[in-house]
Amino acid sequence: MSGAFFTLLLRDLRLAARSGGSAALALAFFALVATLVPLGVGADLKLLARVAAGVLWVAAVLAALLSLDRLFQGDFDDGSLEVIALSPLSLESVAAAKLLAHWLSTGLPLTLLSPVLALLFNLSPVGTWALFLSLLVGTPAVSAVGAVGASLTLSLKRGGLILPLIILPLLAPVVIFGAGAVQGALDGLSNGAFGFLAAFSLAAVLLSPFVAAACVRLNLAG
Amino acid sequence: MISSLTAENIAVTRGQRLLFGDLSFRLQSGRALVVEGVNGVGKTSLLKLIAGFLELAQGRIALASATREISDGEERGRHVAFLGHQDALKPQMTAEEQLTFFARLYGQNGDIAGALAQVGLARQAGLSCRYLSAGQKKRLGLARLLLSGRSLWLLDEPLAALDTDGRALALDLMRFHCANGGMVIAATHDPLPLGGESLKL
Amino acid sequence: MFRYANPAVFMRLSSVLLPIFAVIAIVALAVGLVMGLRVPPDYQQGMTVLIMFVHVPAAIVAEIAYGAIAAASLVSLVWRHPLADTAARAAAPLGAVFTGLGLVTGMLWGRPMWGAYWVWDARLTSFLLLEFLFLGYIALWNAIEDETRAARACAILALVGAVNLPIIKFSVDWWNTLHQGESILSGKLAPVYLWPLLIMAAGYMALFAALWLLRIQTEILNRRARNLMQGP
Repeated sequence: MSGAFFTLLLRDLRLAARSGGSAALALAFFALVATLVPLGVGADLKLLARVAAGVLWVAAVLAALLSLDRLFQGDFDDGSLEVIALSPLSLESVAAAKLLAHWLSTGLPLTLLSPVLALLFNLSPVGTWALFLSLLVGTPAVSAVGAVGASLTLSLKRGGLILPLIILPLLAPVVIFGAGAVQGALDGLSNGAFGFLAAFSLAAVLLSPFVAAACVRLNLAG
Repeated sequence: MISSLTAENIAVTRGQRLLFGDLSFRLQSGRALVVEGVNGVGKTSLLKLIAGFLELAQGRIALASATREISDGEERGRHVAFLGHQDALKPQMTAEEQLTFFARLYGQNGDIAGALAQVGLARQAGLSCRYLSAGQKKRLGLARLLLSGRSLWLLDEPLAALDTDGRALALDLMRFHCANGGMVIAATHDPLPLGGESLKL
Repeated sequence: MFRYANPAVFMRLSSVLLPIFAVIAIVALAVGLVMGLRVPPDYQQGMTVLIMFVHVPAAIVAEIAYGAIAAASLVSLVWRHPLADTAARAAAPLGAVFTGLGLVTGMLWGRPMWGAYWVWDARLTSFLLLEFLFLGYIALWNAIEDETRAARACAILALVGAVNLPIIKFSVDWWNTLHQGESILSGKLAPVYLWPLLIMAAGYMALFAALWLLRIQTEILNRRARNLMQGP
C-alpha cells in the first residue's frame, strides 16, 4: 500500500525532472517575472523592497500554475490514469501522492529560489526569511487548490485556459496572508497572517485529495 | 483468485442515451469472452463498466472468489487488468522503467526482464517509449498484463496495431492466461479465434 | 420534496409563481425608487446616498445567487437530481450580472465619495473575486461537453467555492484593515433610508426569483425541443 504510494510519487517526480525539466521551467518563469517587474515599475530600491513580497508571491503562484496540467491531464490523455486507478491505491491516495509530487517538484524549488530573487528586490534579511517561510508554508496550499482545479479540468483539451480562472480567485487568501506575513515581519509586528496561512494550507492539503479524487472518478466515467 | 464473473440484467448508458439494456452473461475462470459489435455499440463502455469506471444504471456485476463475492465497482477494479486504446506509456520513461512502475504500483514483484522477453522486447528494455512503434507499445501493454497479477483481463481491441507475429503472440498470451485459470474479456470488431464464448452487442 | 422537482410539476408550479414574482418585482422596484428619490440628502454624502438603493440590493442578490448555486449543487451531488443541475446552471449568469451591477454601482458611488472609482474597498474587492468565481463556474459549464459530467464537475466547483468564499471574505477584510481602507457603509443607517432600501431589496430578490424561474423553464423547454428533434 505505502509501497505503491511511493512508487507513484517517485514516478511523478522522475517525470517532472525529465519532461524537458518542467520543474526547471517553473523556476525560470518565476525568475523571469521577478526580472520583468523592476523593468516595469522602475529601479527605485525602496519601492521594490515594498512590493517584493507581493510580486514574488504572485509570481510563485503563477509559476506553480504552469505545471498543474502535468498533475492529472497527462496521465488522463495517455490512459495511464485508468491503469493507476485500478491499482490497490485508492484514488484519494493517488491524488495525495500526485499533490505531494507537484509540491516537491514546484513549490519547494520555488521556495528555495526565493531568497535569491529577494536579493534582487532589496528585501531586508528579516523580510527574506519571512518570505522563505511563508512560501514554504503556503505553496502546499497552491498545489492543493491547484490539484482540485486540475482534476476538474483534466478532460478538457483547452483546460489550461480555464484552470487559472477557476483557481486563482480561490487562491486569493494564500496571496493575501503570504504577502501579509512578510509585511508583518518587515513592520516588526505579528499580525497573525502566518497563522492564517498555515491554517489555510493545512485545511487545503487535507481536503484536496478527497475533492480531487471525486473529480477524477467523475472524469474516468467519461 | 477470481473464479467467475456474473453480469445480471445490466444496462449501459452514455449521457442520456441507452446503449444496451438487459444484458446478462457469466464467465468461468479459464474461459475467454469475445465481445463483438460494430463501432459505437458500447463495447468499450461494457469493459469500463466491469472495471468499475462507469456506474451501473441497472443490474449488477459480481466477481466471485472461493470465499466471497465482490460487486462494488471500485473493488472490482482491484481484480482486473485493463488494456485500452491508449498505451498508458510515457515518452520520457524506458520500457523497463514503465513495467517496473506498473508492477510495483500493483504490488507485484514479477520478472520484468522475463516479461519483456516474452513479448519480444528484450532488446528494447532500455529504450525510451518515445521511440517504440505502435505495435511495440501494444506489446509492452501485454507485458503489463502479464505482470499485473490480476486474473481478469479486460482488453479493448487487443490486436489493433499488431503485425502477424504480434497477433499470434497476443492470442497465445490470452490462451496461456486462461489455461492458468485466468479470464479474458476482449472487445473487438474483428473475429478473434480464442475458442471461448462470444457475445454480440 | 422531489414532487416539485419533476420537470412537468415544476413547469406547472413555476408558471403560477413566475407572474407573482414578476408583479412583486415591478411594484417593489417602482415604490422603492419613488420613495428613494424623495429621501432627504445625507448630511455627509449628499444625494449620492441614493446610489445605495441600487447598489446594496444588487450585492445582496449576488450573494443569494451564489448561495442558490451552492444549495442546488449540494442537492445535485447528494440526490443526483437533474433539475438541481439546471437550477444551478440557470442561476450563474444572473449572479454574474447582479455582481457586475453591484460593482458598477459601487464604483459610481465611490467616485464622489473617495474621488476615485476604485480604492480597493474591502467590500468591492470581495465582490470582484466573487465575480471571477461566477465567471469560472460559467466557463467550466461551457467547456465540458458531456452534460452530466459538466453538471457534476460544476457542482463540485460550486461547493469548493462556497467553502472558500467566507475565507476569501475574511482574508480580504483582514487585508483591508492592514492597508487602512475605508468602507462606504460604515456607521448606522438612518431609518428614512432603511425603508426604501428594504423595499428595493425585496424588489431585487423578486426580480432574481422571476428571472431564475424563467431561465429554468427555458432550459427545460430547450431540452424537450432537443429531445424531439433527436428522437426517431
